[in-house]
Amino acid sequence: MSAVVGEPIGGAMKTKSNLERVLETGHFAVTGELGPPQSADPEVIRRKARILKGHVDAVNVTDGQTAVVRMASWAACMIGKEEGLDHIVQMTCRDRNRIALQMDILGIGALGLNNLLCLTGDHQKFGDHPTAKGVYDVDSIQLIKIVKDMRDDRKLQCGGEIPVAPRLFIGAAENPFADPFEFRVPRLAKKVTAGADFIQTQIVYNVDKFAEWMKGVRDRGLHERVKILAGVAPIKSMGAARYMKTRVPGMDVPDSVIERLQGVTKEQVSREGIKLCVDIINQVREIEGVAGVHVMAIEWEEIVPEIVETAGLMPRPRFDQ
Amino acid sequence: MLAVQIKPEEEIVSLIASKMLFIFECLGCRDVHYPVETAHELIDSLQEQVVDRVTVDYLCHREFVQEYIQAYAEQIEKAQAILVFSCGVGVQVVSALLEDRRVYTGCDTIHLNGFQGLTAKEYNCEQCGECYLNYTGGICPIALCAKHLLNGPCGGSQQGKCEIDPETPCVWQQIVDRLVSLGQGQTLEKLGAPKNWNVSPAP
Repeated sequence: MSAVVGEPIGGAMKTKSNLERVLETGHFAVTGELGPPQSADPEVIRRKARILKGHVDAVNVTDGQTAVVRMASWAACMIGKEEGLDHIVQMTCRDRNRIALQMDILGIGALGLNNLLCLTGDHQKFGDHPTAKGVYDVDSIQLIKIVKDMRDDRKLQCGGEIPVAPRLFIGAAENPFADPFEFRVPRLAKKVTAGADFIQTQIVYNVDKFAEWMKGVRDRGLHERVKILAGVAPIKSMGAARYMKTRVPGMDVPDSVIERLQGVTKEQVSREGIKLCVDIINQVREIEGVAGVHVMAIEWEEIVPEIVETAGLMPRPRFDQ
Repeated sequence: MLAVQIKPEEEIVSLIASKMLFIFECLGCRDVHYPVETAHELIDSLQEQVVDRVTVDYLCHREFVQEYIQAYAEQIEKAQAILVFSCGVGVQVVSALLEDRRVYTGCDTIHLNGFQGLTAKEYNCEQCGECYLNYTGGICPIALCAKHLLNGPCGGSQQGKCEIDPETPCVWQQIVDRLVSLGQGQTLEKLGAPKNWNVSPAP
């Protein structure tokens, strides 16, 4: 590992992030996602990392997704980094107060990880430890500002100075399908004001509603201030489709999607799910202001290369280090 | 009323500016901890803006407050904003009864060991010491949001309900609705800064 931290970054680049470079050079970005194991086994991550490498520009590693205990995001990212991936560390406010958050941010910067996605986090009630105490000392928007102040002003939240700042490309999530819909663009604006460099959205199945949200984003010029990556995900089975439609908070799966999958034989559902995912990528790509896609195929990582290739997004840009 | 302290004058003035005011003051728990003199100094300094004021014992008592609102309907109508001196419960009661009016609080509610006051079960105050009701239309995200968000709603808000339970209302949906209907939607774009969770309890 040859992480060099703290040195000035040349040109318009704020960080050494591959994702930032892909976006800043005007390419349509592709990010992937990797779910770390509920174990201390590093091989799971290496295997998934090898599948994704070369097909995506950066890979998110979830942070206790759905409030289930899994390997720490930053630790899994270090293993994937050894395989040559540019990682997006996910960080939620559910399990850490502002002291722990900032300690982890310094550590992530020191380890040479380049991207950080700031989230409030799924409520602990959904997870495997529903009696846990939620922290929520700060929320996602406050966390974005904390990271930005650490990076750009070398300041901790308390005002204390940092001699060597973490160089992190700052991400945030937004869900165009949550309510109240009319507040979803203003909320994105708050994240941009707080310091977000890129946004990854909730999975898009309702393209019309996403397009309507993007119109609101453009009306405020937000697409010129932040890079927006539309979330997409292949559906593997009818059960998964119904589960997302009815059980996952903040998901919008239109009836037309269910009907399309019902229109094929049971054996063909996953194939149709892949086609649907590619269709959605092609549709969101046409929407002005969409800078990339975030392909979420958790526990189905092996399908990502096919999706990216079929959508015509290969080869991925490569830069001399 | 629970134990309170008076907010800094600049904070109150920045919210009410030159608006004409109707003032509610609660003396329900005055013996516990209510800095009467500080409150009255502040009210006196606002004298030229005050249409009228009323002192109520137990502003947390909804039916009781409703009667006062009827009795003072004309004066309340003349005011451009309502300023409340009480704990967070009293502010929430007045906000709920006057939901088409801008209701502000002049107080921070603080915790007092061993004292829970007399509070209505419909409204909760966490006695957090840094009252946020002035920015949320009088609806409390500290007490009522499962993630205590100051920049909500999160991505789990659906059809007015909280992601943790389909029976639980999303308090941030209520806050957005209230502020938009009051013409204060802009307040929602203010970045809520990290909160001080460790305000000292009342002496």
